[in-house]
Amino acid sequence: MSASPVLRPLIVVPAWNEEQTVGETVREIRGVMPEIPVLVVSDGSTDRTVHIARRAGARVLVLPFRLGVGGAMRAGFRYAVRNGYDAAVQVDADGQHDPKQVPALLDELGQAEVVIGARFCEQQDGYRVSGPRRWAMVLLSKVLSRLTNTRITDATSGFKATGGQALPLFAEHYPDEYLGDTVESLVIAARAGCAVTQVPARMRPRRGGEPSHRPVKSAIYLGRAAMALVLALIRRWDITPVPVPQLRPAVEEGVP
Amino acid sequence: MTENNYLIALIGSVLVLAGIVELLRRRQLKEKYAVLWLIVGVVLVIFTAFPALLTRIASALGVAVPTNLLFFVAILFLVGVVLHLSWEASRLENETRKLAEDVAILRLDVAELKQEKLAQDNTD
Repeated sequence: MSASPVLRPLIVVPAWNEEQTVGETVREIRGVMPEIPVLVVSDGSTDRTVHIARRAGARVLVLPFRLGVGGAMRAGFRYAVRNGYDAAVQVDADGQHDPKQVPALLDELGQAEVVIGARFCEQQDGYRVSGPRRWAMVLLSKVLSRLTNTRITDATSGFKATGGQALPLFAEHYPDEYLGDTVESLVIAARAGCAVTQVPARMRPRRGGEPSHRPVKSAIYLGRAAMALVLALIRRWDITPVPVPQLRPAVEEGVP
Repeated sequence: MTENNYLIALIGSVLVLAGIVELLRRRQLKEKYAVLWLIVGVVLVIFTAFPALLTRIASALGVAVPTNLLFFVAILFLVGVVLHLSWEASRLENETRKLAEDVAILRLDVAELKQEKLAQDNTD
């Protein structure tokens, strides 16, 4: 596809104390896609994240205390809806997600409302897991694939594009609990009738920061993943998207 | 029960009731909880004042040891209260989160508006 189905996309970068990496990430995104504004959501950062992100040319939402990735992303989605954007792409501040693959995600938004940039889609050798962690991923991908009627191999990928009806839906209902921003959000989207799809995306090693899951904790991870999945499946969601008032048309570029 | 014990228990439960009323009076306790705790306070005073009442209810219900009835009802009640408070805390957390998100968005909006105004003032 040559013409992107998305007219006004926004890139959302959730960041919690990422002063080491956020500047480079923002500059890289703006280098690849100078026309797309970048919104960094500082999730209660206590370091220089806000300052560095601003200097790199991003708009910055400063959350007064830590809400977790889910809360940061929901703030980003709400900002997007209120300012008239029609798509939001999550790119992590640690440099794991390659901005060059954002257009590929956006292109798919014509057919789907949630597009996942998935690891180990095809011939992926950069990301290998085994043991309970692997079982967790298999379980998640099996259940979510069935629920969304599409093949989802990497349900826990944060690299996602959201558009269409999913955007106002997530602005109101994006979950903030463990694995909520990935697993549960897909369940909500599927329940609301939003089409979900995935495209292969190569992940890069993180530029810095702690990995959020350590291999030692893989057994606990399996338990929590199963728990999160069960909770997501049995929860009742009032999924009628609440109309958010449009405060004003968006300003074109980042804060000078 | 000795005379002394009876007096201490009675004073204790009246103090609890007085404490609840005082919290209410100072508006430190929301009305929705107030009724609940008032009932608890009054029941407490009644049972301390007339211990025979508990014994009679227990035997009517077929509970051999009257205090067991007391413990059973108290535990049931407390579990209910704790569950309600957990629910309340979850709801409050959700509301706080939404407020925090909105504050962040509004702060950015204000900063941008100020910037625009500054630029405008400078060109004027």
